Amino acid sequence: MAAKKDTLLNMFVALFVICVVSGGVLGLVYNATKDPIAAAEKAKKTEAIKNVLPEFKELKDINVKSAMEDVELPFHLAYDANGNFIGAAVETFTNKGFSGNISLMVGILADGTVNNISVLQHAETPGLGSKMSEPSFKDQFNNKHADSFNFNVKKDGGDVDAITAATISSRAFCDAVNRAISTFENNKGGF
Amino acid sequence: MANWNNLTKGFFRENPILVLLLGCCPTLATTTSAINGLSMGLATTFVLILSNMSISLLKNFIPNKVHIPCYIVVIASFVTVLQLLMQAYVPSIYETLGLFIPLIVVNCIVLGRAEAYASKNNVFDSAVDGISMGLGFAMALTILGSIREILGSGSIFGWKFIEGDAILVFVLAPGAFIAMGYLIAIMNRLLKKTK
Repeated sequence: MAAKKDTLLNMFVALFVICVVSGGVLGLVYNATKDPIAAAEKAKKTEAIKNVLPEFKELKDINVKSAMEDVELPFHLAYDANGNFIGAAVETFTNKGFSGNISLMVGILADGTVNNISVLQHAETPGLGSKMSEPSFKDQFNNKHADSFNFNVKKDGGDVDAITAATISSRAFCDAVNRAISTFENNKGGF
Repeated sequence: MANWNNLTKGFFRENPILVLLLGCCPTLATTTSAINGLSMGLATTFVLILSNMSISLLKNFIPNKVHIPCYIVVIASFVTVLQLLMQAYVPSIYETLGLFIPLIVVNCIVLGRAEAYASKNNVFDSAVDGISMGLGFAMALTILGSIREILGSGSIFGWKFIEGDAILVFVLAPGAFIAMGYLIAIMNRLLKKTK
């Protein structure tokens, strides 16, 4: 049997049927994978929160307006068994990355000290900017407080050692961290 | 014998990357490491097999004038299915490949096989063609990824054997072109001998 003739009706029917069937299949798959996808994302986030904060008992999620622009940053506030505020895991971002947005989870202790940082997502150059998720770069932020440490790369007069050949990525990383810290400082009393 | 030929052609005689030079965009971009190359190759194989089979089934139903839009819808659906599945069950690989998964839709090799092979042959042959082309693609990507990972980061499949930095340029775009150029040259040499 040869291909159908190129009549308007045939073309219409063929495209219509294919689109409807594809749409139906996509809908089914979307529904089937919706929960696993959400679970995978949540697991990743929980993992990151645990990673950047000391041990905590309870977690409260709120959104806080960023100190730098008109967007909200998700804050995960951590409390110990007595209900004392330990610190916050801040989901921060930057759009100054070398290729696309970078999002980080920054753990900040109650007094404003950075505890640990975890990279949630980035698309930086593999082998250069991607080194931001390695301890040799990101751990230099740990246990630093904005009062005694300037969270900018040395080229910009700060205290951060940039990644070799990836100053833009390093700068973007600092930008994201600064966004988290300044937002935290602005809202410090409210936790 | 014909089936055997059909199955092996994707690896050497008609290897999509090294001989046909189709689908070079994801090739150059995703082969920064062996594991990335392999996963990209397998993802494309999945799409190729399914799209080849369904287009072969649909070939008599689709009028000539609208065959490209029809093929693209079919391919795009499979790619989206794959994307959702990867996002749900292998999120770490999904993250590294990220943008390049949706780009499989416009990978020349997928539409190329649909057009050149699946629209003219039966379902079984088309499936074999998809397997052959897909695995040939995966093989080329894995080799390219391994070379770039060994030279560029001093590791293989994530296992590091050189401390510190290696020849960084191989991880970057120019390294991809250099490594691919040499691979194509070697392939040409081998194929010439067997002729």
